[in-house]
Amino acid sequence: MLVELDDVGVRLGGRQILQHVTTGIGQGEFTGLIGPNGAGKTTLLRVILGLQEVSQGVVRKSGTVGYVPQKLLIEPDMPLRVKDVVSLGIDGHKLGIRFPSRERTALVDDMLTAVGADGYKNARVGELSGGEQQRVMIAHALVAKPDLLLLDEPLANLDISSAQGIVTVLADLSRKEGIAVLLSAHDMNPLLPVMDRIIYVAGGQVAAGTVDEVVQPEVLGALYGHEVDVLRVRGRVLVVAGTGLVPQ
Amino acid sequence: MRYIFEPGFFASGPVHTALLVGTIIAITSAVVGVFTVTRGQSFAGHSLADISITGGSGAFLIGVNQFWGYLAFGAGAAAFMEMIGVQRRRGRDVATGVVLGGALGLAALFLYLGTQNSATTGASFTILFGSLFVLTSSTVPTLIASALIALATVIVLAPVLLLSSLSPDIAAARGVNVRLIGAAFLMALSISVALAAVSIGAVLSTALLVGPAATAQKVARGPVLAMITAAVIGVVATWLGVLLSWDSFYWRPQGKSWPVSFFIVALVVGAYLVTFLKPERPVQPAREHSCSPA
Repeated sequence: MLVELDDVGVRLGGRQILQHVTTGIGQGEFTGLIGPNGAGKTTLLRVILGLQEVSQGVVRKSGTVGYVPQKLLIEPDMPLRVKDVVSLGIDGHKLGIRFPSRERTALVDDMLTAVGADGYKNARVGELSGGEQQRVMIAHALVAKPDLLLLDEPLANLDISSAQGIVTVLADLSRKEGIAVLLSAHDMNPLLPVMDRIIYVAGGQVAAGTVDEVVQPEVLGALYGHEVDVLRVRGRVLVVAGTGLVPQ
Repeated sequence: MRYIFEPGFFASGPVHTALLVGTIIAITSAVVGVFTVTRGQSFAGHSLADISITGGSGAFLIGVNQFWGYLAFGAGAAAFMEMIGVQRRRGRDVATGVVLGGALGLAALFLYLGTQNSATTGASFTILFGSLFVLTSSTVPTLIASALIALATVIVLAPVLLLSSLSPDIAAARGVNVRLIGAAFLMALSISVALAAVSIGAVLSTALLVGPAATAQKVARGPVLAMITAAVIGVVATWLGVLLSWDSFYWRPQGKSWPVSFFIVALVVGAYLVTFLKPERPVQPAREHSCSPA
């Protein structure tokens, strides 16, 4: 296991954000972290990254972690090109002067090709569209060769085909390079063809397993503390709140 | 040539000192400025400049070189800003406003007392608006050493500063102490502001810090090129400012030199305005589909 969470709980400002979270992520697995907005997905990612202290339980990590945050704080005129951003992924956390080298350029170029962003490597990051920025940040995170890649809502605010493009790139890299991926999203449908496992978050608790095990009315109903229906329509899944009436 | 370089320019000792110190300060200000602008800390830079007026006027009152006053108050203010932290933006704005008001009130008192007690005329003017021509030669090594310290600090911190600007969370997740790096940068910024205050005065120092960097940001795409562009703009403005100030003595009505700070700031602001003449780069069309590897 790359990451193991054992009975983890997080309290923030007197509110219980997560409780009794026990799950793990194995080598090379593609895991969807699914749940409604405000369910605690970002907090769970921050716990795994070590950015959020837990108030209960144990987090065990082995291997390196790359991270793609949801939002970049970048102005359009910030003098940072796509290739600079990927280069920062190699050793931007270390002090000192960087001299350009053939190896560095080749590493950056290969990574940009792998995520399909080689067409705009000289553009400023701040000028790119949301989908283009996601590709660049994935390259930034992967260039350091992590064992696990965490992505916080990478598909939010993307049009359907951009989102599909990002999922395809991630699934390819995960399979080819054996990188484990943990991706948070409020809609599981774009991920259904590629997900090995799902971690469903609702009401501060999680249920983990395969999609077939977790996406069941009883399991999700227990998480939400409310009756839910799971509808399957032509290979897609809809989770809708129950009416409160006793089912037939 | 006779009309470009008026008599005595190349032989003058003060001109040599002004060019040497002015160049080093311009380079430091420009490079520190690029990170100040990308980190969105231009207002912090300006606040440090305002507070250093108090330090400079206080130092003048007790007979210490003004650079130490600028530096002590700037560094103290930087430490205070770091202490009140970045968590509460509104609290920070209000606190900064109150502290700035108080500091400038003290500066008014110090300047009044200082000019009453001493026969030195123009001291207030030098503190507020600077002059590269009145540098005492004994302070030159100190100024150069301070500039090199600030410059080296920022260049060594550069990759980490850029990564934190991109995303503080990524930097923190990779083990960077974002807060410590921010504090180190604020210290380099306060040294740089103190130097710019010596060069063009405490009130105008923001112009030398932010002006060349803002211009460079508009024309250079990468970080290294932005630093070089900003440094070139700062140095050229300083050189031309020194030359024009010298020449202005011979302009009609003769016998009065215009302040060198005026020329430097005018040139820096002029360069910034020129970038607006350039048509905006067209927004790049989305190429999401054509670049898909699928």
